Amino acid sequence: MSARRQALLLLAPAALTLLVLFALPQALMFEASLGRRSAYGGIVHEWSLANYARALEPLYLGIFARSVGLAAVTTALCLLLAWPVAWWIAFRVPQRHKSALLVLLVLPFWTSFLVRMYAWIVLLRTEGVINAALAAVGMPALDLLYNDIAVLIGQVYGELPFMALPLYASMEKLDRRLLEAAADLGASPLRRLREVALPLTLPGIAAGGVLVFIPSLGAYLAPDLLGGAKGVYVGNLVQAQFAVARDAPFGAALSFVLALLVLVAVAAARRPLAAARAL
Amino acid sequence: MRGAIRIEGVGKSFGDTEAVRDVSLEVAPGEFVTLLGPSGCGKTTLLRLLAGFETPDAGRLLISGRDVAGLPPHRRPVNTVFQHYALFPHQDVAGNVAFGLRMQKRPGAEVRERVARALELVQLAGFEARRVDELSGGQKQRVALARALVLEPEVLLLDEPLAALDAKLRSQMQVELKNLQERLRMTFVFVTHDRDEALIMSDRVAVMNAGRVEQHGTPDALYDRPRTHFVADFLGMRNLLRARVEAVEGGLARLACGELRFAARDDGGYRAGEEAWVGVRPERVRLLAADAAEPGAHEGLVEDEIYLGDRTDWVVRAAGTAIVAAESARGAQPRGRGEKVRLALPPEAVLRLEDGA
Repeated sequence: MSARRQALLLLAPAALTLLVLFALPQALMFEASLGRRSAYGGIVHEWSLANYARALEPLYLGIFARSVGLAAVTTALCLLLAWPVAWWIAFRVPQRHKSALLVLLVLPFWTSFLVRMYAWIVLLRTEGVINAALAAVGMPALDLLYNDIAVLIGQVYGELPFMALPLYASMEKLDRRLLEAAADLGASPLRRLREVALPLTLPGIAAGGVLVFIPSLGAYLAPDLLGGAKGVYVGNLVQAQFAVARDAPFGAALSFVLALLVLVAVAAARRPLAAARAL
Repeated sequence: MRGAIRIEGVGKSFGDTEAVRDVSLEVAPGEFVTLLGPSGCGKTTLLRLLAGFETPDAGRLLISGRDVAGLPPHRRPVNTVFQHYALFPHQDVAGNVAFGLRMQKRPGAEVRERVARALELVQLAGFEARRVDELSGGQKQRVALARALVLEPEVLLLDEPLAALDAKLRSQMQVELKNLQERLRMTFVFVTHDRDEALIMSDRVAVMNAGRVEQHGTPDALYDRPRTHFVADFLGMRNLLRARVEAVEGGLARLACGELRFAARDDGGYRAGEEAWVGVRPERVRLLAADAAEPGAHEGLVEDEIYLGDRTDWVVRAAGTAIVAAESARGAQPRGRGEKVRLALPPEAVLRLEDGA
């Protein structure tokens, strides 16, 4: 068998899966996004760009902007929180403890995301654990739940491991002799970070950024469970079009605009990720 | 005083391992000093103590007359050429060489000019824009050298910088590095486990063993008169014999190694009745024809021939003891295994060695 035929054969299962479970549904969705809603919530297959025009109305653009904001802030906070943790595990912890700490990092995955969001409700609600603790020391209760901050907390909490793991992987690969060389050449600790550690862990930052930004852009569970009534994000908007408003064509159009934003994010991360292969 | 090093009673332990024990050593400005020893002897730790990557548990380190205790690596007037070069993969050749100058916030024009000069110095002019991974091992080594030299450090530390090069390039770089050091009159502290490298390049060599400096001196002094068994062994003295001192008389010590009896010039250290290590360089052992009439020569049988190109080493068993005798290629006689020869050990060639650490 030629190498070419062997490659085709090996790729066939994946290609078939992608075709049936991804490309085909996407095509159907795209076709639906061009149609319009029938009186009873069905799809009228008369093509136009009306749904896309509607998706770009200020009302919906505002919701897209909120979602991009949530994703950006979530990514930034995850980076700020995960960088020191990854650095500590990669450089400060003795080799024999590393795998235990990495297991701790992914331990939350053993529980469903939904259950963990409910756990946050238990912590944040008015009669929740945090407010009970505040009351015990005589402080007034805080409105912690059902607002954008709660959404952010839930989102950051949920995505943190996806940032920490690629960061750790890129730091583990970072040759610490390069940091010594930088110190030897007169670089202070801060400049070693800026001139050597950051550029050389950029691939990890980019990978973690993509892994956190994209799911956060379409976040649905955290806004739905922890967010307030007024705090709509794109994920909830899309869900509402299909399930509540029964306007599948508009929901599909919103999804494609969201997908476009994801493509932009991936394109932005391409350069640092390509740099990773060069290193 | 610029470039002088003074190491006073320095010690460093890692856990239970004493890597450096009570080392004292002085290096004069502009001197090329080599720390020579097997792996684990503490030579690299001593270098890292000078660079500031480790802090000593005991003793003092002075560079150019200043105590460097408490000075972190980035504030020390020394630069290091690392064993595996440690070039920054995200920067080109010029970026690597300019790194230290940028840390000093030098103006761009000065940086460019000094980088160009440093690259010229290591014969890499025009390589500024090359990527580090496009360079050969020898070129990487030169970039690492330029990166350190461009800062004009008071002391340059070199941690086995030639270990990763092939033999030919290595001997070429040894000469180049030595010439460069003489031209710049910069203090070099060079770490290696390669005895030839140490002897070729250094003004002075400090032989280290188990964390201590066993002996230091000029290459010829060390080669001619190793003080301890370890130093003699490490510098390649092939004939090391544990001998019984039978008598000391008339400036000579009468020694016996098994049935092999020979004499050594008395250096005042032999005690009759005790045992002592002695060493004889193969080239000082004289091989004679089987019928040669030489008083004190021993009968022996040729056991092995080791042809080394410019010379031949003969392993000769005399009175139960194997002795290696070297003959230069020009003087070598054809001999076969099992052939009878006579062998003489001149008393002045037999050196008494201390047990050492």
